[in-house]
Amino acid sequence: MELFVQQLINGLTIGTIYALIALGYTMVYGIIQLINFAHGEVFMVGAYIGLTAITFFGFVSGSTLPMAMLYLAVMLLISMAGSGLLGIVIDQIAYRPIRNSPRLVALISAIGVSFVLQNAVMLIYGPQDQGVPQIVPDIHFIFGDVTITLMQIMILAVSLVLMVFLNFLVQHTQLGRAMRATSQDHKMARLVGINVNWIISLTFFIGSAMAAVGGVLFGLYYHTVNFHDGYLAGLKAFTAAVLGGIGNIPGAMVGGVLIGLAEGLGAGYISSEWKNVFAFVILVLILLFKPTGLFGERVADRA
Amino acid sequence: MIKKQGLGSGVQGPGRKYLFFWPLAFGLFLILPLIDHSAYHQDVLVTAGIYILLALGLNMIVGYAGLLNLGYAAFFGIGAYTCAGLNLAWHIPFWLALPVAVVVTGFFGFLVGLPVLRVKGDYLAIVTLGFGEIVRIVFNNLDPITGGPNGLLGIEHPVIFYPVFNPSLIWKRFDFGVSSFPYYYLVFFCVILVAYFSLRLDRSRIGRAWIAVREDEVAAGCMGIPVPQVKLLAFGVGSSIAGIAGSIFAAKQGTITPDSFDFILSVMILAMVVLGGMGSVPGVILGGLVLSILPELLREFSIYRMLIFGLVMILMMIFRPQGFLGNVRRKYELTTR
Repeated sequence: MELFVQQLINGLTIGTIYALIALGYTMVYGIIQLINFAHGEVFMVGAYIGLTAITFFGFVSGSTLPMAMLYLAVMLLISMAGSGLLGIVIDQIAYRPIRNSPRLVALISAIGVSFVLQNAVMLIYGPQDQGVPQIVPDIHFIFGDVTITLMQIMILAVSLVLMVFLNFLVQHTQLGRAMRATSQDHKMARLVGINVNWIISLTFFIGSAMAAVGGVLFGLYYHTVNFHDGYLAGLKAFTAAVLGGIGNIPGAMVGGVLIGLAEGLGAGYISSEWKNVFAFVILVLILLFKPTGLFGERVADRA
Repeated sequence: MIKKQGLGSGVQGPGRKYLFFWPLAFGLFLILPLIDHSAYHQDVLVTAGIYILLALGLNMIVGYAGLLNLGYAAFFGIGAYTCAGLNLAWHIPFWLALPVAVVVTGFFGFLVGLPVLRVKGDYLAIVTLGFGEIVRIVFNNLDPITGGPNGLLGIEHPVIFYPVFNPSLIWKRFDFGVSSFPYYYLVFFCVILVAYFSLRLDRSRIGRAWIAVREDEVAAGCMGIPVPQVKLLAFGVGSSIAGIAGSIFAAKQGTITPDSFDFILSVMILAMVVLGGMGSVPGVILGGLVLSILPELLREFSIYRMLIFGLVMILMMIFRPQGFLGNVRRKYELTTR
């Protein structure tokens, strides 16, 4: 039972990070029907921007909790802004010129972007793991045999706030309505006076900013970042987006948490060596038997 | 009128002008190791040949049938592990293990193709990617059979026996050993064979069915093409070619590890197909040759290699999605929706 609860907490933590990344996949897919294969790398770049930011501001270990919160906020904001802009730039350079080409062309271009980002980061920071300083104090709350760290609570809290905010933005604001209209029909959206290109850029910005938050939290949680991290995390987040129904924002959140739980429980009860297989097996099974995902109406087979 | 069916006839559009080029290239590569004794050059060319085999196989799936496969390295791995496993477990010689590996790899291709028929487009790409990762992790974790992360070692090199009349008939034994020279001709022969096979297939009933399915699945189905069977065939045949490449790779290296069959390799092979020209056999050969020799030439810039690949892939998709020697039909298909 203790193992179960412990793995549940660990799974939930990593699951919310997957959920944050999955939001970007699902939003971009919802609006231009593109699998932004480079999204995982944006997550990784977000982690590196956060790391650079705290290095720049000279974080000193062992500061008080309010100071730590301030640092975290600064890290998140800089990383969100940087990655968001990166998302827009990627769209402008690699996707916009081929907006009307078949999917295959866009997918290959996206793989190209992914390679460029990975290798650019590798060239700038080096191929080795980069240590991330301990910003959030290492406080453990122990209930019997179950441990929950302050960092885990922070991850859950930050993710929850962002998801609620995003849901509000999309469902209850003018901007959100414009986004939803654009995802339904570009031509009609343009006819009612929506600046479609601007909405697409905005979608890339928000999606990438969410991934950046995921990246910063991921780095703080594991204390290290590597230029390879984006690939696997991105793939798992994509699985989460598909699981929840691609194009569906609440679906992506639920999907992320489910993938994280599957991974946590699988690693706890079966074998941690096979940890990475679970997500892929879920991905393959979902695509084969329920391509609409849990909440999606879109059929995931448009060629 | 009977059309010429030589190697050159596979070149369409502007490539037709260079018809004389292919026999020339054939002759050059045939005698190259006899003139150029550099072991390094031969080694690079053997590796290039293995990549070209892979690219030709993937071309059948991606180029002809239009089914995007991002897990092709897995089939290369299955071929290599099959050949190596047969050799290590039962001392089955290379020449017998090779056809078995081809059949096994083809079978796995077929098996993957089976459920994959339910998804299309970029979802297919992701499913194959997931499959590729699963295969690699299985190689890595299934220690008793695959040797885990250390892989399989001590794979025997191919051996041939040839007759000598001295004065009576004696069979002499020739071990391929570690030098690249014999492998060069083995790979060369296989590339010619697979390229010829590809070209014939392109013009055959099956090839035309693949192209029809690629261009419009619904229309192809209406014309009586059994779409699922045709797709499965593409997966099976295309994957089996990776079995040839995998076997040669295992026999030449003597050692295989799961790391050799990662996602980067799948993307590299795809890049060869895409840059050369999807669906064009000469294009794919050129793409494979360029992408395997270029990194050797750019050794001092090798850390920028993948960065440059990424940039080239993006630029190619924007400005020339049909590749270096892409055929005209493919061009219209890729530039207009």
